[in-house]
Amino acid sequence: MHIHRYEKLWLSIGLVILAFFIATLSIAALSEGFVPPSDDQSIDPTKVAQTPPFDHPGLRKVGDHAYEAYYVAHIFAFDPATITVPVGSRVTFYVTSTDVEHGFSIPATAVNMMVTPGWVNSLSHTFKEAGTFLLVCNEYCGAGHQTMAAKVVVQ
Amino acid sequence: MTTSADAASSPLQWPKNNDSYAFSREKGDLLVLTHIYTATLVLGVGALFGALQGFSRANWIVMPDWFDYYRILTVHGVLMALVFTTFFITGLLTYATYRSIPRVRSVRLNYIGWSVMVIGTLMAAITILSGNASVLYTFYAPLKASPFFYFGATLLVAGTWFIAADIIMNVVWFKRRNPELRIPLPAFAAVCTMIMWIIATLGVTVEMLILIPWSLGWTSGVDVSLTRMLFWYFGHPLVYFWIMGAYVIWYLVVPTSYGGSVFSDGLTRLAFISLLLLSTPVGIHHEYLDPGISPGWKFFHTILTYGVVVPSFMTAFAIFASFEIAARKQGVTGFWNIVRWLPWRDPAFAGPGLGMLLFILGGFGGVVNNSYAMDVLVHNTMWVVGHFHVTVGGPVALTFIGAAYRLVPALARRKLFAPQLALVSEYLWFAGMLVMSFSMHWAGILGAPRRTSDVSYFGAAGAATWHGQMVAAALGGSLIAIGVLLFVVVATATFLQNKREEDNPELAFARVEDAAAPVPPVLDKLGTWAALAIVLAFIAYVGPVTQQLTAHSYLAPGMRTW
Ligand code: HEM
Ligand SMILES: [Cu+2]
Ligand SMILES: [Cu+2]
Repeated sequence: MHIHRYEKLWLSIGLVILAFFIATLSIAALSEGFVPPSDDQSIDPTKVAQTPPFDHPGLRKVGDHAYEAYYVAHIFAFDPATITVPVGSRVTFYVTSTDVEHGFSIPATAVNMMVTPGWVNSLSHTFKEAGTFLLVCNEYCGAGHQTMAAKVVVQ
Repeated sequence: MTTSADAASSPLQWPKNNDSYAFSREKGDLLVLTHIYTATLVLGVGALFGALQGFSRANWIVMPDWFDYYRILTVHGVLMALVFTTFFITGLLTYATYRSIPRVRSVRLNYIGWSVMVIGTLMAAITILSGNASVLYTFYAPLKASPFFYFGATLLVAGTWFIAADIIMNVVWFKRRNPELRIPLPAFAAVCTMIMWIIATLGVTVEMLILIPWSLGWTSGVDVSLTRMLFWYFGHPLVYFWIMGAYVIWYLVVPTSYGGSVFSDGLTRLAFISLLLLSTPVGIHHEYLDPGISPGWKFFHTILTYGVVVPSFMTAFAIFASFEIAARKQGVTGFWNIVRWLPWRDPAFAGPGLGMLLFILGGFGGVVNNSYAMDVLVHNTMWVVGHFHVTVGGPVALTFIGAAYRLVPALARRKLFAPQLALVSEYLWFAGMLVMSFSMHWAGILGAPRRTSDVSYFGAAGAATWHGQMVAAALGGSLIAIGVLLFVVVATATFLQNKREEDNPELAFARVEDAAAPVPPVLDKLGTWAALAIVLAFIAYVGPVTQQLTAHSYLAPGMRTW
């Protein structure tokens, strides 16, 4: 099959772009340790209220400017509804669902993950600025989905 | 102007002046029209619902309880993503096969498939409209819809298998009689697309085998992440199904509107084969932010996703080369001169042409979505909605309606009704889509969530910045909806008016530019490519599925939350 010279050139450009994408992705993954939230602890969705630490959802201080926040997502609310942390805190969010699929997102930040019944998901984020952040469910979960929100206060 | 498919490249015998062939062909044309008109009707209904969603998000209206937002969003998603596209593509692929393999044939199997699809669609649509399946088109468990919804969706898929079987049988018939010939290019594209589709739909079929007994109450729970994975095993190839449909038109139909040709037979085949191979082993890119899937597998799927650069670049080259060769023959040279020379006032060209422009934007957005450092910023925001409207809602759908403006008059042997109106429908759609999808992308960058009836969050500060974009999107959406309705009017009126056109038995596919150029026979070995596609799908999923099955996966009982 004859392939025209220009087409070879053009396809090479395509391949270079491809290599570039893959390289940036690998560098981000390997050197900066950027991996998407992929927690792999399973949990019985019908027994969340009896399973520590989700039997007591809320914020725990684990070090200097370091917190862990345990959330239970259920139709149509997050528990806890509000947490308050100082500016500069690094918060690791752990979240699970007692019923259906939910989302866990602080809009316009990298706090964004799926909440699947049967699993705990987690990610960490450093709050560098003060403010009241809206935390929303960004996966459709039912009739009251548009009301499912909570607050993160950074002061 | 146009010649029969590959007539130049293969000494195919056209049964000309043969009454029984002419009769059979007319039956085949009616069949294809049946598919296309079904798609047309569905598109019209879906567009009305889309407009209502836009109005609700802009806070212009509040949907009443008996017709709530999530119910109509489910209808819109199902009708647009699953029904409109599928009916159009089954019609198109049938057409490509029948017209490039001329023979006296039975159309019964294909009609059976069409009927099964229609029954499935009606069953699913009635269940959704009655409020018993507000689970959106992705029906993520454990949202628990009425069993009729899952039955309906299963029938819709099962119906397509009859059509696939019809297409495959026609190609096998051809190969048996002409072992020394290549499969005609249009039939090759059709059968390649259908093979991809069969492999893909196996995923959703297995998912249905889990969901149906559960929705009937025979099992007590479902493994949520396993069903999500099965859905996306199907959900991404669904996207390439749309694209392959659009490619059939871009490669083979569009050149007929400027007297052009297919740039290269072999490279066209290669583009379809690449999409077949790359369609399934990439589905986990929809699950970057999911728990229970290791980052290694997410990475693997990401890399294969980027592989789509190859067929995309090949296609961009082939399209422009086809433009250039035709333009040169008329003494037109230079990039902008060629662009201006193209028949932008021909509705059969303008739709696909404008669609190609939108697809360039869609490509950039896709790169962002696929890089997971950025995906985390836009996942499940309005950005994604902007993205798929500027890919399937723009390029694919505009290409389909442009093709309909060529195929419907030809198949119905009528003149196109009001060509000016047809043209207006496309430019309105294009303009509306630019406005709507730009606003949606922007809202997404600001963090506005998708699949949400109202994004005001009781006046929360974080949500205040989204309203303006939602209003702009609603305005753009209204333009598209008007464009869609004009399309429905033109398509319907074309059939109703009785000005008979000359029959054109060999219409419709561009011939191959250098038909004598040798094509590696391996490209025609579809069985081998199908086997390779299955192996790739297996490699990509055996790890993640094993991870799901071996983790202590608890079942979720599920419920109806609407
Ligand atoms: C009349 C023009 C259209 C308008 C005004 C429109 C509007 C919308 C809006 C506002 C949404 C997002 C709702 C949300 O996330 O809350 C949406 C979703 C969607 N649209 Fe459209 N749309 C139109 C045409 C199309 C076309 C032509 C297609 C595809 C062929 C399409 C496919 C989809 C899909 C697949 C969804 C996702 C549904 C979901 O998230 O479950 N739309 N549309
Ligand atoms: Cu929700
Ligand atoms: Cu995809």
